[in-house]
Amino acid sequence: MFGTAVIVFREVLEAALIIGILAAATRGVPNSKRWLAAGLLAGLVGSGLVAAFTDVIGSLADGIGQEIFNAIVLGIAVLMLAWHNIWMSSHGTALAANAKSVGRNITDGTSECSILLVIVGLAVLREGSETVLFLYGIAASNEGSQSSMLLGGLIGTLSGIAVGWLLYAGLLRVPMRWFFTATGILVLLLAAGMASQAAHFLIQADLLPSLASPLWDTSAVLPESGLPGMLLHSLIGYDSRPAGMQIIFYLVALVAIFIGMKWVARPRKPIRSISGTIK
Amino acid sequence: MKRLLFIALLLPVAAYAADTGNQPVEYKLVISGHRFQPAEITIPSGKKVKLAVENQDATPEEFESHALNREKVIGGRSSATIFIGPLKPGRYPFFGEFNEATAQGVIIAQ
Repeated sequence: MFGTAVIVFREVLEAALIIGILAAATRGVPNSKRWLAAGLLAGLVGSGLVAAFTDVIGSLADGIGQEIFNAIVLGIAVLMLAWHNIWMSSHGTALAANAKSVGRNITDGTSECSILLVIVGLAVLREGSETVLFLYGIAASNEGSQSSMLLGGLIGTLSGIAVGWLLYAGLLRVPMRWFFTATGILVLLLAAGMASQAAHFLIQADLLPSLASPLWDTSAVLPESGLPGMLLHSLIGYDSRPAGMQIIFYLVALVAIFIGMKWVARPRKPIRSISGTIK
Repeated sequence: MKRLLFIALLLPVAAYAADTGNQPVEYKLVISGHRFQPAEITIPSGKKVKLAVENQDATPEEFESHALNREKVIGGRSSATIFIGPLKPGRYPFFGEFNEATAQGVIIAQ
């Protein structure tokens, strides 16, 4: 039962942390919670479908379909998180000012919310499909220990959700002055971590060279099987034995999104004067 | 800054071009009764290797190895490919995450 709880916890944790960060980061965006819930629901349905078609996905492209699928899902999530963060850095100030008065119209709010749906949906889809497969395996086996293992699954799910909620509640206590900077950094690191994971899958599929693997080995100090390592893996993409290529992906995503954020958050005056002369 | 980014983006391409050409040797691994067979595989060190994993059980299994930094779900009664290495000489344990009590194995790189 304990083993089951740990496995399910690990899968749920990753999605729960992503949802926790996004729920906090979009505080003040009208209807964001509703879109997050819709994303969660879509992700759950999707993970059932992915689990059902595991064999089909896995057998694609000479047995590396799963890696390609995961890399594509992660790649889309990175792009969406990048878009979200860049959007937030241009609207964050307005949101911080209006955080208390929800319902004020914020331009582009709807497109931002549909992006939330996609990010949450993809996160749940990826982690959820593995959980579904695992629990299916338990249910299908006839070793007589199903009920205790399914109970373990339930405990794992609830603990994962609890940690995600704790992160959300903790973030909401951050003073408004630093709030959007804090969530912006978290989302930035989340995206970079996902880029590194995408590289990891492409290396596993032999579509990318590893470039020094591992680049370092900190598994003795901070193993990913332990809770701190698990949390860091989900939050900032920590890998105890990363390949060089993963680090390149991580840094490129980090720098590219950061530049994007700085670029849209720059003072707007020069652009106004230019567009003025054109008209 | 932009130039630095451009170089960083080109790095993988260059490395990939340098990396192709040597086809990895294939090793077979069977999952049956929630156990790996063989439970011990010896491979040459410093070379990329292709693991052809066949899951003969009806239930899915996840091939996982912290030492190899690999994880992959293999559906019930289906096969999958996992690339590993090049590895330094040493022992690299792996396990089936869904049935960790019995599904244990090790890759030995020499």
